[in-house]
Amino acid sequence: MIKKFITFIFIFIPIKALALIEVDITRGNLNPLPLAVSPLSIDETSRKNFEQILDKENIGSEISLIVENNLRISGLFNPLDKKAFLQAPDIANLKPRFEDWNLIKAQALITGKVNYINDKLRVEFRLWDVLAAKEMMALAFTTVPTNWRRVGHIISDKVYERLTGEKGYFDTRIIYVAEEGPKTQRIKKLAIMDQDGANNKFLTLGNELVLTPRFNPASQMVTYLSYFKNMPRVYLLDIETGTQEVVGDFPGMTFAPRFSPDGKKIIMSFAKDGKSDIYTMNLETRLVERITNHPSIDTSPSYSPDGKYITFNSDRSGYQQIYVMKNDGSDVKRISFGNGLYGTPVWSPRGDLIAFTKLHKGKFYIGVMRTDGTGERLLTENYYQEAPSWSPNGRVLIFYRETKTNSKGEGFSAKLWSIDLTGYNERLIKTETDASDPSWSSLLSN
Amino acid sequence: MRLNKILKNALLVISAGIILTACATKKEVAVEAPKKEETKKEETKKEEVTKIEKIAGQMQGDVYIGTDSVKYLADGVADRVFFATNESILTTASRETLRAQAAWLRANSNITVVLEGHADERGTREYNLALGERRANAAKDYLMTYGVSSDRITVISYGKERPVDSGSNPLAWSKNRRSVTVKAN
Repeated sequence: MIKKFITFIFIFIPIKALALIEVDITRGNLNPLPLAVSPLSIDETSRKNFEQILDKENIGSEISLIVENNLRISGLFNPLDKKAFLQAPDIANLKPRFEDWNLIKAQALITGKVNYINDKLRVEFRLWDVLAAKEMMALAFTTVPTNWRRVGHIISDKVYERLTGEKGYFDTRIIYVAEEGPKTQRIKKLAIMDQDGANNKFLTLGNELVLTPRFNPASQMVTYLSYFKNMPRVYLLDIETGTQEVVGDFPGMTFAPRFSPDGKKIIMSFAKDGKSDIYTMNLETRLVERITNHPSIDTSPSYSPDGKYITFNSDRSGYQQIYVMKNDGSDVKRISFGNGLYGTPVWSPRGDLIAFTKLHKGKFYIGVMRTDGTGERLLTENYYQEAPSWSPNGRVLIFYRETKTNSKGEGFSAKLWSIDLTGYNERLIKTETDASDPSWSSLLSN
Repeated sequence: MRLNKILKNALLVISAGIILTACATKKEVAVEAPKKEETKKEETKKEEVTKIEKIAGQMQGDVYIGTDSVKYLADGVADRVFFATNESILTTASRETLRAQAAWLRANSNITVVLEGHADERGTREYNLALGERRANAAKDYLMTYGVSSDRITVISYGKERPVDSGSNPLAWSKNRRSVTVKAN
């Protein structure tokens, strides 16, 4: 129910590869590219039909607002004020008058058209290079009307990809833990929402404590920790059907679960007699394999995208540090050597970096380092924050941050934040309730 | 204590009021005002000092030694032990508490217990889950050494999920780094 995979029918209108506008995404948002997102034009019959189905007065404008918002929050683009637009949406989509758009300093222009055809939503859009007076991309697709928000996200991804040369991350979702109630008796529920906060849904009722949900990078499955019947165990949840099952049959607490990159295994910690070690379970064969065997705490495992290595957190040196080993548990190497404690290592989907939480002198940092531990870079400092999760293109990190309470223990809150890999563009992600433990899905389309 | 403070403040306000009214008639009285303020400053300083002493009396190093959140399984049998930051080593006081628990459990052989291990909020969630488990197991091992059979003890870790004190300060954190013995039947 939550997830509807609708077939998008793509029609590519021939594009001449003219790499004219280039956005350098490694540089941060110092000079976001000014662009104009024209409302998608819509004929009166289509408009009325969609108004009836979706209760939106003008679905063309609504979709363009999603695109505009996505591009703005990426920090790489500066969508210009629509009030300054001189050309009407329908005419702009046919043949933009480039001098008009140039006048308001738009370097790129997005136009489009929405139609109601056989109970379906058909959207075409075009990306124009204003300075070169050329079309850069044209694309059309058809889907069920209720999918209109995803249409906006897919357009955003296509524009982002065309202008930056990298895949986007807008047609994605975030699974997280929704929190309510006093700090000493927090009620926690699994929740899922679109990357922009829309379509929020709770997946559990809050009867038992749930923690650390993580998406399967290959499907719409989630693994998480639940205290169901007061037995903390790793669970598997199919968010399409709502079916849940315990992962493995361990005589004690299992926790800190994550999927392997192919989605076929779950890697997690199993705690027994004061020791926590790392195990995997193959979801097809149900075979359980022990990966580490050490009297210390070994936890927070995360695979490299090729599945050949595992980074994890261990206090075998005396304190929490980050380690890398081969996927069979051999060749264990410590990689964090800076001042302070290091936790929650998570391998970038691009493979070149490991994001982490660092605790030093009473402050918490989200940072990244290369997989050999060199090039440590701290992106953000705060009273408490942890658990970074990568956007599928490896350009943005989402994490949660908690506030300090006052002397009476009041004023506690937990919120989701995101920050670019560059250390710029730190943003609060609005959620209905307090929130923690975010995990970013893969791109839903393609 | 609080009432005292309110009364003291009220008195200060009243006396300030008197001075002000006095000012209207006699100019010389105004010279007295700074003196009053000085005594007020001294008083708040004193209060701060006693507050610090109070915290000091409740912690040894950074291990909690007070009785604020402690419950009793039986007369003289405290239900919990406390730990230093990132540690799961039992202090002398903790061992004493656990020996009393073990004696009580030996005398009441029908009782089974759950040891709930906890961590403070100043650590990453997953590591704290493991740390809570390690702390509860330290207590379990000690109970076993003193003759409590392992099949009467279940261990569960809550990590940092169930603090007893919601404060963000060293004293609150020290109360939250604990292993609590709870009757299961």
